[in-house]
Amino acid sequence: MTMPQHSAMPLLEVDDLHVRLQTQRGPAEAVRGIGFTLERGETMGIVGESGCGKSITVQSLMGLLPSSAKVSGRIRFDGAELVGMAESELCRLRGNRIGMIFQEPMTALNPLHTIVRQIGEPLRLHRGMSAGQARKEVLALLERVGIPDPASRLDAYPHQFSGGQRQRIGIAMALACGPDLLIADEPTTALDVTIQKQILELIRGLVAERGMALILISHDLGVIAQNVSKMLVMYGGSVVEGGPTAAVFAERAHPYTQGLFGARPAIGAPRGLRLATIPGSVPELVDLPPGCPFAGRCRYTVDACRATRPPAVRLPHGHEVRCIRLDEIAAQEGAVPA
Amino acid sequence: MSTHADPKADAGSPLREDAPVDGARFDPDPQSAPLLEVVDLVRHYTLPRERLFGPSPVVKALNGVSFSIRPGRSLGIVGESGSGKSTIARLVMALDTPSSGSIRLLGRDLQRLPRDELRAARRDLQMVFQDPYGSLDPRRTVARIVAEPLEALAETSRAEQRERAAEALDAVGLRANDLSKYPHEFSGGQRQRIAIARALITRPKLIVADEPVSALDVSVQAQVLNLMQDLQQQFGISYLLISHDLAVVNHLCDEVCVLHRGLVVERGAPQQLFAHAEHPYTRTLLAAVPRAEPVA
Amino acid sequence: MSAVPAAVPSAVAFKVPGFWRRAMHHPSFAIGAVLTLLLLAAALLSYVWTPWSPYEMDLPSKLQGPSAAHWLGTDSFGRDVASLLLVGARASILVGVIAVGIGLTVGTALGLLAAARRGWVEEAIMRLSDFTMAFPAILSAIMLTAVFGAGIVNAIIAIGIYNIPTFARITRASANAVWSREYVAAARACGKGSLAITMQHVLPNISAVLIVQTTIRFAIAILAEAALSYLGLGTQPPQPSWGRMLAEAQTLMFQAPLLAVFPGLAIALAVLGLNLLGDGLRDLLDPRLARAR
Repeated sequence: MTMPQHSAMPLLEVDDLHVRLQTQRGPAEAVRGIGFTLERGETMGIVGESGCGKSITVQSLMGLLPSSAKVSGRIRFDGAELVGMAESELCRLRGNRIGMIFQEPMTALNPLHTIVRQIGEPLRLHRGMSAGQARKEVLALLERVGIPDPASRLDAYPHQFSGGQRQRIGIAMALACGPDLLIADEPTTALDVTIQKQILELIRGLVAERGMALILISHDLGVIAQNVSKMLVMYGGSVVEGGPTAAVFAERAHPYTQGLFGARPAIGAPRGLRLATIPGSVPELVDLPPGCPFAGRCRYTVDACRATRPPAVRLPHGHEVRCIRLDEIAAQEGAVPA
Repeated sequence: MSTHADPKADAGSPLREDAPVDGARFDPDPQSAPLLEVVDLVRHYTLPRERLFGPSPVVKALNGVSFSIRPGRSLGIVGESGSGKSTIARLVMALDTPSSGSIRLLGRDLQRLPRDELRAARRDLQMVFQDPYGSLDPRRTVARIVAEPLEALAETSRAEQRERAAEALDAVGLRANDLSKYPHEFSGGQRQRIAIARALITRPKLIVADEPVSALDVSVQAQVLNLMQDLQQQFGISYLLISHDLAVVNHLCDEVCVLHRGLVVERGAPQQLFAHAEHPYTRTLLAAVPRAEPVA
Repeated sequence: MSAVPAAVPSAVAFKVPGFWRRAMHHPSFAIGAVLTLLLLAAALLSYVWTPWSPYEMDLPSKLQGPSAAHWLGTDSFGRDVASLLLVGARASILVGVIAVGIGLTVGTALGLLAAARRGWVEEAIMRLSDFTMAFPAILSAIMLTAVFGAGIVNAIIAIGIYNIPTFARITRASANAVWSREYVAAARACGKGSLAITMQHVLPNISAVLIVQTTIRFAIAILAEAALSYLGLGTQPPQPSWGRMLAEAQTLMFQAPLLAVFPGLAIALAVLGLNLLGDGLRDLLDPRLARAR
């Protein structure tokens, strides 16, 4: 397989992306001005809790949002602008240049179609393959993703496979046309931890082998740590912190990031330890203040936090944080807790 | 940080995947009367016949599981899907009957109790379910949901039930005016608190918690885990905690049983067990948990 | 891990503020409600006032078209059509209410029993339902009336019996879905018995399905009554019935075509109204469309 070519232009450039959704209580901004770039072959993770906008962000990349959603900003994929792109053009990209793996292996596959038909669908659609050619290609894909005895399983139905195998089939579908970008939205959340390890290893291997860029969404910091070289922390539709994974894990500059790390129970920790929690709960999208979305729950909140969106503060190694209280935080926290 | 043993290192180990380690054999503590004692629990399910002639397929969910919980102590059962852990929850709660084996709560065999005595025994035995969106009846107010265990016991008046419900809500950090609201008005974490309030209202000695925080976000999970810990310390409640998440079990339990294909393959105190696992399956499980240490 | 605010379940849709406002703006529901209320109003009005007595024959005035005296004209016996329609509404509603009522009470009870007991009880009830449904309703009605005699009571019984398996099946299916929910498991874990769970958890949560089904079956019952009366097996003379008016008008198609139009229109509007009401309720109570927040 060829090594990724680093051309001058990044594969994916997202700039000032806003997504407005219709909710029962009126329109609300689900994504508030996020931006990032992704080079060919680069791996990026997005970590955040429910409602932070991570799924909406990647859905807007694929143009999979409901028609009532309004997207503004710029998404440049290999030079082409995706915001406002015609549906027919987007269809040419989906499954072809951009592949997506979904969270629920049970529901992401059509129970009434054989797997050879489902995996072959992008091949026949985008590569114009005949049924026979697609069949051969699907066989090769199934072997690569580790389905045992694939030749005999081509005409099987999804319900005849286990959860982990179904996710492998989903991966095969996403990869069929050799996309430049692979998006995995919580691909292992619904799987056992031992299966999760296998699936993540598979994805890592395929990404390295084919030089694909990867966007991996997870709520699990361990998954992020082991699989991506840079990461974004999202809260309330904004990126509150972003940068190389090692830097973010080491520095944890933003209070929300600190809260997220502190809230995890650890294996081997002594009994009786109280987990550090973030007080309150995530507010509704319509109730988020115009400024920093974490204002109010953050113990360093001041009035200025609510007023305007904090500008990005650059830290070393390409690490960025959106917080106006960094100095006070550093003064109070002292050394970063391990 | 604890070290995790490399499963490849014991390639020559005499232990087979399905054979429990020595320490997994169950030795009841003779000193204190156990709160819950489960001995040789077996549950096999016969599935509907697939062929007209020939035997029906059998699913062997549990193949002889034993454990006990002393008053005030908590036990965690850790396993993946298909290990039988949810079956244990249902059997202990007497929602299902075992194929063989016994379950004793405070010395009384739950399977042999007549119906009304079993109902009365449930005062000491309550359950918290996994799905905060499914375990509360959408058609009932929070007051009636939380008071349901008292309703079932039929010993208290409606007014007293409402009072106790308010007390229970207070214990979990919710407010009295939440009593007249409906479940859909609350978030997942709050609903799980309501479920915990429901489990608390009869002041039980044992709460069976089946994946109580799996469906919650990390920060919400931390709040609920802290709450469960506080309740342990405040009221001396024992938990039978069932989870696939080793860290959660580590946090709340004094003892852990690792369940694999219906058998306990290893047991011990979590801190020791997770640091020095002996059984290959336990090691595989530990090795599979992704560590929050960046490699890239 | 989803934090999409859970959709308001159909069970509490009525309690969401703004439900009735949305209902009024829903075309099917609004039109259906108006037509259904008209039907009810017609029947109720007929007890208090009709333009003429529907039994009064006025042979010299027979087969007249609409006029100032007789708003919709007269039939072959000189009876006022408008009055006949108003009083005929009574029969339609009576049959609808009682026949559907029989189906609703007996059928729902059987369905709840089947879902609660499972096993051979469920099998027996379902097979009995299949057996009953195997006979087309009209055929059963004809058989019953042939044996026990024609009349509105037997028509009601026939239609009612046919409604029982319909409600039983729908109830059983919905109830089974509710029995598998975790809140029912929680109730069982508290020690609640099957009867308490059925009444307190299952029935309230399937009520939306039953409401919608009731309006639909009501429409079918009205049609069935008209069909039976048309065949001479339902409401007997001199009791007015829309179906019989159609039968009588058949022979006079070329002399007084309007005689067939008015009762036909009445039946059509009643059935349409109830169907629209049912469709509207189904949409409004559907949890996917009734999101809170």
